[in-house]
Amino acid sequence: MTQLTQILLAGLNPSDPNDWRLRNYEQREGYTALRKILNEKIPPDAIIGEVKKSALRGRGGAGFPTGLKWSFMPKQYEGDKYLVCNSDEGEPGTFKDRDIMHHNPHSLIEGMAIGAYAMGIRTGYNYIHGEIWDTYERMEEAIDEARAAGLLGDNILGSGFSFQLYNHHGYGAYICGEETALLESLEGKKGQPRFKPPFPASFGLYGKPTTINNTETFASVPWIIRNGGEKFLQIGKPNNGGTKIFSVSGHVNKPGNYEVPMGTPFAKLLEMAGGMRGGRKLKACIPGGSSMPVLPGDIMMRTDMDYDSIAKAGSFLGSGAVIIMDDTTCMVKALERLSYFYYEESCGQCTPCREGTGWLYRVVHRIETGKGRIEDLDLLNNVADNIQGRTICALGDAAAMPVRAMIQHFRDEFIYHIEHKKCMV
Amino acid sequence: MTNIEIDGKQVSVPTGGTVMDGATQLGIYIPYFCYHKKLSIAANCRMCLVQVEKAPKPLPACSTPAVEGMKVSTHSAMAVASQKGQMEFLLINHPLDCPICDQGGECQLQDLAVGYGASASRYTEPKRVVVNKNLGPLISTDMTRCILCTRCVRFGQEIAGVMELGVAGRGEHAEILTFVDSTVDSELSGNMIDLCPVGALVSKPFRYSARTWELSRRKSVSPHCGLGSNLVVQIKLNRVMRVLPRENEEINECWLSDKDRFSYEGLNSEERLTTPMIKRDGQWQECDWHTALEFVANGLKAVQKQHGVQSIGALASPHSTLEELYLLQKLIRGLGSGNVDHRLRQSDFRSDSHLQGSPWLGMKIAEISQLKSALVIGSTLRKDHPLIAQRLRQAVKQGAHLNLINPVSDDLLTNVTNQAVVAPAAMAAMLAQILKAAAELKATKIPATLKDTVSSISVTDTARAIAASLIDNKPAAIFLGNLAQHHPQYADIHMLAQHIAQIAETSFGVLGEAANSVGAYLAGAVPGLGAVGIGGSSQVGANGNNASQMLGMSATPVAEPCRAFVLMNLEPEFDSYNPQQAMKTLAAAELVVMMSAYKKHVTSADYADVLLPIAPFTETSGTFINTEGRVQSFNGVVAPLGDARPAWKILRVLGNLLQLDGFDYETPEQVRAEIFLAGSDVSTQLSNRLGSFAVGEIGQVSEGLQRIGEVPIYQADPIVRRAESLQRTHDAMAPLAWMPGALLDRLGVQAGDMIKVKQGDGEALLPAARDDKLPANCVRVASAHPLTATLGAMFGEIMVERL
Repeated sequence: MTQLTQILLAGLNPSDPNDWRLRNYEQREGYTALRKILNEKIPPDAIIGEVKKSALRGRGGAGFPTGLKWSFMPKQYEGDKYLVCNSDEGEPGTFKDRDIMHHNPHSLIEGMAIGAYAMGIRTGYNYIHGEIWDTYERMEEAIDEARAAGLLGDNILGSGFSFQLYNHHGYGAYICGEETALLESLEGKKGQPRFKPPFPASFGLYGKPTTINNTETFASVPWIIRNGGEKFLQIGKPNNGGTKIFSVSGHVNKPGNYEVPMGTPFAKLLEMAGGMRGGRKLKACIPGGSSMPVLPGDIMMRTDMDYDSIAKAGSFLGSGAVIIMDDTTCMVKALERLSYFYYEESCGQCTPCREGTGWLYRVVHRIETGKGRIEDLDLLNNVADNIQGRTICALGDAAAMPVRAMIQHFRDEFIYHIEHKKCMV
Repeated sequence: MTNIEIDGKQVSVPTGGTVMDGATQLGIYIPYFCYHKKLSIAANCRMCLVQVEKAPKPLPACSTPAVEGMKVSTHSAMAVASQKGQMEFLLINHPLDCPICDQGGECQLQDLAVGYGASASRYTEPKRVVVNKNLGPLISTDMTRCILCTRCVRFGQEIAGVMELGVAGRGEHAEILTFVDSTVDSELSGNMIDLCPVGALVSKPFRYSARTWELSRRKSVSPHCGLGSNLVVQIKLNRVMRVLPRENEEINECWLSDKDRFSYEGLNSEERLTTPMIKRDGQWQECDWHTALEFVANGLKAVQKQHGVQSIGALASPHSTLEELYLLQKLIRGLGSGNVDHRLRQSDFRSDSHLQGSPWLGMKIAEISQLKSALVIGSTLRKDHPLIAQRLRQAVKQGAHLNLINPVSDDLLTNVTNQAVVAPAAMAAMLAQILKAAAELKATKIPATLKDTVSSISVTDTARAIAASLIDNKPAAIFLGNLAQHHPQYADIHMLAQHIAQIAETSFGVLGEAANSVGAYLAGAVPGLGAVGIGGSSQVGANGNNASQMLGMSATPVAEPCRAFVLMNLEPEFDSYNPQQAMKTLAAAELVVMMSAYKKHVTSADYADVLLPIAPFTETSGTFINTEGRVQSFNGVVAPLGDARPAWKILRVLGNLLQLDGFDYETPEQVRAEIFLAGSDVSTQLSNRLGSFAVGEIGQVSEGLQRIGEVPIYQADPIVRRAESLQRTHDAMAPLAWMPGALLDRLGVQAGDMIKVKQGDGEALLPAARDDKLPANCVRVASAHPLTATLGAMFGEIMVERL
């Protein structure tokens, strides 16, 4: 993969079990950005300016411009402010943050320290997904290393800047990846999203101003400071700066994480992942994690991998989980599995999601098991309409969008299933 | 103010307000379930979705802040489609069991389904079933009906102060439950029933007994604590079926304590006395009213003739109405005796001659919520005044300091800033410390009369902190609770607190123990307080004995002991400071006339000679003056049970039989008119000031073990004592002998062991219990309970023995 520029995974040697360590990270220019900032006392505004220039957009799924988010943090606020890293990577198909933390944990620590410096924050939490114990332990070790080296804690590198960073291990609820549910969970409460406004920038963790970014977002920051926002932007496309790690899964020969510049053609990414398994035909792809609308294979083959191109094609880049389905895939079965996931992971707080996700799943399940009715397709669309845009958080949308897209693009297959009580494929 | 437009109408919403606030102001109805004006916003039911111009999706009116220039449509196609969509979701898993649901007819879901639901469901899948929970004797559950609006959960957290219900589980598996099979024990729990918009939480005592449309709704006023909560009493076939709050923002807001709500069961008790009875040769015989009243009149005359009029006394409960209390004292004073009192649980009457008016709250009830600092002295506040405790909880949430001086450290379910838990005998000294600290902080002189008392006292940090809290945070108030009022040094405590209030410039109040504690003073149901009393009662001058003297509970013996008693609406074995002594006195009396709603002859306390069945508050008209001095009159809501009669009528006839003047009332309004003489103003008769009372010795250390005897919440008056469901709650559990661990060790007993508790010549067997927060050498044993009625004074020496 050397032919393409890498930022997050650059220079990593997965076969070296110690490559994640501080020493190795420093050999890859690690912590030079933080040192430079602290030594030269670069003003916080200049750092936020650089991040703005880079057009780095939130890698957690929503793609919100990071520099802009950082500038929302009230500068003059007296009292505690918090920085939170959302490493609760629960989106089916997504496994990039796990690898960043596992193989390059210090990039995240350095990125968070820079963010904390830029926003005048002294305390940070890294909320790690519940099911990845070894990664949590790896992050703990990495933080210990950084602390021991004076790169975290009080008076970092004698600069007077202090930043305490703590890992928090979640308990495996998908909803805790939603940033306000994450905050609730971090506070020791039941992980349920808060309604917004107020937004975390004004009322976040413990009611204090809080900035929450995804792991990959933070990990991109040191490179931006080292090389300049302009250069980061140039790697990608306008408004879509830098590289992005895509977690390619499904019917490909080499599933895995692939870091490519924003705007890389999907066909190229598919080729990097070893092409379709058994040389079969690409039937469909979910380009941004299970919450995003599915796209038929032919549309995907004409699409580039960046926020704007995928949005134009009718889906979203999301968290960058590329789920590949070949022509052996039953789309009804695929939707049944997706709907079951959202039914099980709905937090149950607000009506449309609590009641609607179960309804969606049960109807799809009925169709899958040969008990579907032709009017079920309109019912599914209508129930999805009643969920989407009416819930407290985006989980409702995440449950509704796959249903609508599946029926939109593969309606024939659903009708076949209903009429013949079996799969088309 | 923020100007927005809703459905084409302009409205100004206070800054920080929501679209819902604007709609409420305009009278535009937006459907909702989870929203409640007194609770935090949850925005979880999504029923209030409305269309906001420029917003890409519908927004919940309850949580969407009003923004200048915002244009909202509550009935646009988008809004209506959203609302109908949510209604469909809420109904798919809701059982269609309205015909057997108690909420039917008063169900928000049912009502809104008419407007927003479809006639048939598109949902053909199996419905969810949720296992019911046992929340205790007051709340019945049908959790399958729950729509998870979380009002009950938020009520617990925010109003009751304790999160007894929570949501566990995710998604469709989410359910409301208690922590591992606990019950809901809050003294405000019944409000969750009102808050539940569906039939998930319904009243257990009322369950399956009537449909809401069969009930008549009548206004009334609660006869229990001093708050005077406003009630809606619901009746069917001349029987009280249920009690609900009547909203009054200035008193009970939209809440009721469980005592106010569920005590009605006592009105329908088997123990109701329904016919007059006379004891002849030790045998109780039913009789007609004429016979009974003749018996009373002749009996009183005989005692008067033989022993003089000063041997006749009357004692009444402050839960009686103003009219009843007024006529009782008028009757006694008409005979020529001044022996009348309503303060059976008070023990220290030294300050009586210094009273300038009726003790009262000293402020409006609603102002409690605005306090920035409060000092509560001697009170089991949550149990004595549940809704005042609630108001203080809200004040604390807004940053108020709550300071306590108490012999017990019961959890008020809120943050307490400073707390001094001291032995009863040390309470006055603690106040003297605060007085000294306050004078130092304000650089003021301590009144000359108190100089000697205060000079030798050293000030603790707690006392200084309390003084500073009261001085620095305004508005501030000092309140004397029930324990303080029963305290053997009440007069000293009162006087010291008054001086602190003066120096710290705070409000000063006495928390009225009963619904008519203020009214009882103003009706003249106190001996020798010529200055107190409005209208007719202030004319009467005859000085008499107080409750303590009449019942022989006083340390200072009286020249002429009472030989005839008229007892109204009380049970001295539970309602007096020293039941042991009271019982002795009554047993020795020649005539005890008992005006009671309940039978006495079946109980062990068979001290009465004649029983006159009186009507409780639901069966008579009357007036209560609550602790803030608010006059609240009410009508009877049902006819008296059996031959029971309103006490004012009984007293009127008795007055006639005794040939007293001025007993020719035709209506209760005439009685009321006589009490409230034209132009009389209750507020001028309210005062907590003690004139020149000289504080006594406060430094004495008492020898031996000391009793702390509070009145349990559901033992406070005859009605609640017979409310069956309340008697099964956690708060009604049998009394224990609470002691600090050191004392248990010294006695060689362990928590749970049965021990013998002795006072005077009475004893009780109680389980020992450990409370390390109690002051040393104190034993907390509840009074007013059948198991402890054999004991003596609520405070004072007590002995404890292992068995």
